[in-house]
Amino acid sequence: MLSNLGILFTIGTLFTSLFIIFFTFKEFKVVNNLIPSKIYKFTLFQLFFSISSFFVLLLAYILSDFSLVNVYENSHSNKPLFYKISGTWGNHEGSLLLWINILVLFSSLFLFLTKNNDKSFKVLTLLFQNLLITTFLIFLLTNSNPFSGLFPVPLEGLGLNPILQDPALAIHPPLLYVGFVGSSIYFSAALAALISKIDSQSFAVSIKSWVLVSWFFQTVGILVGSIWAYYELGWGGYWFWDPVENSSLMPWFVMTALLHSILVLERRIGLYSWVIVLSILTFTMSVTGTFLVRSGILNSVHTFASDPSRGLFILSFLVLMVFSSIFIFFKFSPKEDKKYSIFSKEAFIIANNWFMIFFLGVVLIGTLYPVLLDTITGSKISVGPPYYNLILAPFLIPLLFLMTSGPNYKWISNEIRSLFNLVLVLSVTLFLITFFFIKENNFLINLILFFSIYLITQTLFDFYESFKKKNINISRIISHLGFGLLIFFIYINHIFSVENNFNLKLGETKKTDYYTIKFVNLEEQSIKNYKSIIGYFNVSNKKNFTSKELKPEIRVYDKPFTITYEASINSNLFSDTYLTMSNISDTDVFNIKFQVKPFMNLIWLSVLLLSLGGVLNFFKRKKR
Amino acid sequence: MKKINYIIISVLFSLLFIVLYLSLGNEKIYNTQDLVGKKISEVEINLFQSNETFNTKELTNNEFTILNFWASWCGPCRKEHPNLVRLSKIKNLKLIGVNFKDEKDNARNFLRENGNPFDILAEDKNGKNSVNFGVYGIPETILIDSKLKILKKYIGPLNINDVNEIRKIVKK
Repeated sequence: MLSNLGILFTIGTLFTSLFIIFFTFKEFKVVNNLIPSKIYKFTLFQLFFSISSFFVLLLAYILSDFSLVNVYENSHSNKPLFYKISGTWGNHEGSLLLWINILVLFSSLFLFLTKNNDKSFKVLTLLFQNLLITTFLIFLLTNSNPFSGLFPVPLEGLGLNPILQDPALAIHPPLLYVGFVGSSIYFSAALAALISKIDSQSFAVSIKSWVLVSWFFQTVGILVGSIWAYYELGWGGYWFWDPVENSSLMPWFVMTALLHSILVLERRIGLYSWVIVLSILTFTMSVTGTFLVRSGILNSVHTFASDPSRGLFILSFLVLMVFSSIFIFFKFSPKEDKKYSIFSKEAFIIANNWFMIFFLGVVLIGTLYPVLLDTITGSKISVGPPYYNLILAPFLIPLLFLMTSGPNYKWISNEIRSLFNLVLVLSVTLFLITFFFIKENNFLINLILFFSIYLITQTLFDFYESFKKKNINISRIISHLGFGLLIFFIYINHIFSVENNFNLKLGETKKTDYYTIKFVNLEEQSIKNYKSIIGYFNVSNKKNFTSKELKPEIRVYDKPFTITYEASINSNLFSDTYLTMSNISDTDVFNIKFQVKPFMNLIWLSVLLLSLGGVLNFFKRKKR
Repeated sequence: MKKINYIIISVLFSLLFIVLYLSLGNEKIYNTQDLVGKKISEVEINLFQSNETFNTKELTNNEFTILNFWASWCGPCRKEHPNLVRLSKIKNLKLIGVNFKDEKDNARNFLRENGNPFDILAEDKNGKNSVNFGVYGIPETILIDSKLKILKKYIGPLNINDVNEIRKIVKK
């Protein structure tokens, strides 16, 4: 029943999309300023069908309706309700349906909320967006149908990968999807702007909110993914430069560049073509990431069952999308011959953009190079953290400097400012105090630490100054402060992290330089859908005589049979004590990974601060 | 200028897409089957009963050699063991057993219970040497000739068909 209903709603979405394409195509040439009401009506119908289809799938998961292949393969009746719900998007087909829902949602929100009165721009944006929706619907119905039925109906499902049964991971994909699928709307708007030739300022104004929304969700989505990796994968790290992580970071770089360029465009200073290129590039990067993840051409911790036909479809879509964009861009691109003065705000923003594009290039090459090399020469290599750290770290320094100085320059000015001021003196002093505590020998790390302190101090100083003048650009201050703190804490964390690996039997004690770790007890528990072996450890600090109890777990899930290692983390604002245990087959010895990681919570908070800036900017615009 | 940019960008994207298209057909999973036909690498392994080592170069003296990676804790190894005993009866075939990440006592008991088909018994306590043979799980069995060329590679337990296949190869 649910299977048929789901298919019916999906076909309903497809038909309404086709109608919208037809009407918008007819309408964009009609010279008047009125968008006919049927376009609004069909958009509402489309939204209704699309959301209904998603709810049908959700319902099938909640009711454990195993007559749907998708539910049978990814759920189980014993699963807690929360994970039944998140199971809906924890697989390729379901997440594709979520994709389409976000495309549709953004399409209708754009139509109803955008106050831009240029009819052809609005109608064309809708046309392009609906072309995207239609293509993905065809993909869903022909290749990846989440509503495919199964007969006879199995009594029980196969279960959801236990590693995905985690609150952070349940919300991580939807957040990221809103982020990078949301970027589709300014991709469509950019193409529409080229053809409809609307003026640069109204284009900037119409897409800025969308860029802010998608940027915010992308940032928070990446953060939640990192937090999940930190405590679930049990390695104690939070960013692994894994190809799939990179796929979420690449659109983020472009979005960040775009967010800044729009500021220039809003003031009619220039960069129209550039903003259009970035708008197109963001969604292109999102689809490229989707291709890399879903086609299975990458090996990664993100396990989507690979299927070449799926890859072929997304690749064909990507080819079509890229070449049509290139064609439209070169045919309609606006002429610009702007010259920018070096000591102006816009020059700093352009420089910031180039850094973002450089970071994008580095990550893109690091991600694609192994695939290209494997295909061309057959040799297998993997590109890991050393490559990224080596290439990206030095470039953080000029970026931090630009973020410190840039905001205080004026638009379209050429006034040179002296760098020597109170903030610099204060930053140097603060850095020297930090250096006294950390005694780090690495010159590059010291430079990065200094420039992050410089950015933090300058931003706080700006806050004080603008508070006095009662003219606060609070969103920029919060975001830049967040970024400065993020870089600072990442490096401090890197310097002070301690890691020990050793084997212990029950009752034994291990002494490290600063800690004594005692294996006190071992307990077995049966929980709803898994068995748990819990170790009780007493960790005492030799320096300050405090002690903590840590309880890492080994979980044995039966459907499907999987073993996961749950880290036990004692966390406070300044430091995390992190312990994982794994059993060694047929022995009573356990392998222990003990880590002390300072400032983890402050790293998460810095990213929250960074994204909060985006939210504040969004509401500030709405208020205006 | 605009036209040149247009062409350059289009060509670059085309090249990228062609490579991505080709990569779709590539084998992604780590597979050691392609080692068949290649020579095994020269590896020094510890012997099980003594502190001496054994070099794979010495295998050139045998007409055919089977390298079997096993452990007492591995269920499928127990299942394939009778087939190894069958193979041990072939004259021009020598069997080398590599005991993988195992406890000595357990391994001894295993052989006492199931019989010892191996001409030479080696051990790989931490599993590092086995990697050099392209082993990624046990049991795994490699058949090589006197030139140390890999003729066959069996991933998982040997069954009776595998035994017959090895018999045929060795008889030729």
